[in-house]
Amino acid sequence: MQSNTPNASHIAALFKGDQVHRDVYTSDAVYRLEMRHLFVNAWVFVGHDSQTPNKGDYYTTHIGDQPVIQVRHSDGEIKVLHNRCPHKGTKIAIDREGNTGKFFRCPYHAWSFKTDGCLLAIPLKKGYVDTPLKNTENVKGIKPVGAVHVHRGFVFARLADDGIGFDEFFGDSLSSIDNMADRSPAGRLEVAGPPLRYMHQCNWKMLVENQTDTCHPMVAHESSAGTAISIWEEMGSPEPRPAAMQIIAPFMSPYEFFEEMGIRTWPNGHGHTGVNHSIHSDYSAIPGYFEAMTKSYGEERAKEILDENRHNTVYFPNIMVKGPIQQLRNFIPMGPNKTLVESYIYRLVDAPDELLARTAMYNRMINAPTSIVGHDDLEMYERAQEGLMSDGLEWVSIQRLMTDKEDYSAEAIENGTTERQMRNQFDAWVKFMTVSMDATA
Amino acid sequence: MNISNDQIIDFIYAEARMLDEQRFEEWLALWLDDGYYWMPLDYQQTDPLLVTSLMYEDYFMLRLRVQRLTGARTFSQKPKSRCNHVIQRPFVDEINDNNIKTVTSMHYVETRMDDQFLLALTATHELRVVDDKIRIANKRVDLLNSDAAFGSIQLLP
Repeated sequence: MQSNTPNASHIAALFKGDQVHRDVYTSDAVYRLEMRHLFVNAWVFVGHDSQTPNKGDYYTTHIGDQPVIQVRHSDGEIKVLHNRCPHKGTKIAIDREGNTGKFFRCPYHAWSFKTDGCLLAIPLKKGYVDTPLKNTENVKGIKPVGAVHVHRGFVFARLADDGIGFDEFFGDSLSSIDNMADRSPAGRLEVAGPPLRYMHQCNWKMLVENQTDTCHPMVAHESSAGTAISIWEEMGSPEPRPAAMQIIAPFMSPYEFFEEMGIRTWPNGHGHTGVNHSIHSDYSAIPGYFEAMTKSYGEERAKEILDENRHNTVYFPNIMVKGPIQQLRNFIPMGPNKTLVESYIYRLVDAPDELLARTAMYNRMINAPTSIVGHDDLEMYERAQEGLMSDGLEWVSIQRLMTDKEDYSAEAIENGTTERQMRNQFDAWVKFMTVSMDATA
Repeated sequence: MNISNDQIIDFIYAEARMLDEQRFEEWLALWLDDGYYWMPLDYQQTDPLLVTSLMYEDYFMLRLRVQRLTGARTFSQKPKSRCNHVIQRPFVDEINDNNIKTVTSMHYVETRMDDQFLLALTATHELRVVDDKIRIANKRVDLLNSDAAFGSIQLLP
C-alpha cells in the first residue's frame, strides 16, 4: 500500500481481474483493513452448536482478530459475544470451552452478565450513582456481535450491526453443508473431539486459495502419495488396500481426473471442487450405513445424497468443508504472515462408527502438524510468503482458464483446473472490503 | 529367555539414538508388523480411533513416512530436518512373560534451517520379546503440550 490511509479505490486496484497484487498477502496495512472491514462485513464461521449443547456451555474462538464467545443462553439460543468485559477489557472466558452456569462473572472486579451479555450486577454499585456510566456503552454489558445465524448446526456471525443477510450472502452454496448433514441418517452432525491446530507462517488467503487449486496435488504431494503407491506396488498390490492408500494415493490422480472433476462457483466468493466426482468418490462402503440411510430417506433420496462427492467447498472468507469426510477447516488470520488452521471433524449421528474412524484418519493423515501431506503444503505457502517479498514482480497470476467475460454474480460450472474460484474470491474480497469504506481518494 | 532391566533400558536408549542418527531402516526393523505409533492430540486421550490424533500409524504409514524423507521430490525436506532426543532413564513398569512396558520422559529438539523447537514428552513403549530379541509392539508418545498449535513436526519425537 502506497498510502497510509487506504480507501476503496486503493483496495479495488489490488485486484486486476486476472492478477492480484502481492500486498494482499504481505502488507500489514491491508491485513488491518481486512480485520476492520472484510471480517466485519462478511458472515464468518464461529463454531458448531454441538460444541455448546447445554445452557451455559461456552466455547471461545476468533472472528478475524476479534476474540468472541459462543454460548448457549438460558432460552436455548446460541449467542455470540465479544470476549471483553465492558469495564476494563478483561477477557471474560479464557479457557477454550466450559460451562458458566446462568451468568458470566468477570474475574477482575466481579461485574456479572447474563449469558446474552446483559449486565446483571456491579459490586458496590452506589459508586456509580450520579456518574456518566449510565450514558455510556460500558453499562450495557458484554457486547453481542451484529448478527448470528445457525444453519444445520453451524454457527455463523456478522460483526457489523447492518449488512448483507445470511441467506443472500451464502445463497445456494449452503447445499454443501446440507449434504454433509444429510449424510447422517438423523440429519444431524456432532463435533468429535478437539480440532487439530496447525500454525502456518503465511497469509490466510493462500490456504483458502489452495482448497480449489487442483493443479498442485500431483506435484507437491508426489513425495507422499507417489511413495505410497510405489510401496504398495512393491508389496504386490495387496487388496484390500492399506488405509493410507485409500486416503493419500488419490492425490496422485492425473490432471485429466482433476479437469473432469469440475469446479462450481457461487456469488460472494463461495465455490467447490468435485462437481462430477472427486478424490473421495472411491472410498470403500461401510456395512450397515446405506441400509440406515435408506431407512431414513428412502432408497432414491439416500442414493442422491451419497452420490454427491464434492471435494472442497470454500465458504468465503475463511473456511472449507468436506461433505463426504465431515471435516471443516477454519483458516484463522493472526497477522499478514501468520494463520492458525483448526481442522474439526464431525460424527454423523446414527451412522456406523467406521465412518467417523475414517474421518479421524483423514484428518490426521492430511491435516495434522505431523502430516506428511500437510508438510509439503505448508512448505509451498511459506516459500510463497518469502518469495513475495521479491520486488522483481509485484503481481500474482490467477489467470488459468480465464474467459473474456466472467460474471461472478452468477453460479457457474467450469473445468476442474480453472482458477475461476480464486478470481471469484478476490471479487468478493474487494466487495466486502470496500462496502464500508469511503469511495473517494 | 530372561530379559534384564538393563537390556530393556539399553533398548530404549538405542531406539532414540537410531532416530537421531536417522538410521530409519534399522528403526523400522524394531517394529512388529501389527504395531501402532500413537501420538494423541488431547491430554490423557483414551480413544485413538473416533477422535483425531496427531499420529496413529500402522507399519505401512511408518514405512511411507520414513521412505518419503529421502525422496527426490520431498520438498519440505530440502534441506533436511535433524532431531535430538535427551532421555531420562526409562521406568520399566511391567515385565510379564514376554511383554514389557516402559515409560520414559524425553526432551525432543527438531531443527531445520534457522528454526528449532523443543517438545517435552512421555513415551510409553509396549515391547515384546520375539526370538530372543526385543521388539516394539506399540509406542505412545504424549506431548506435554499436545493441544497447542504447532508448526510442522517432520521427524519422529
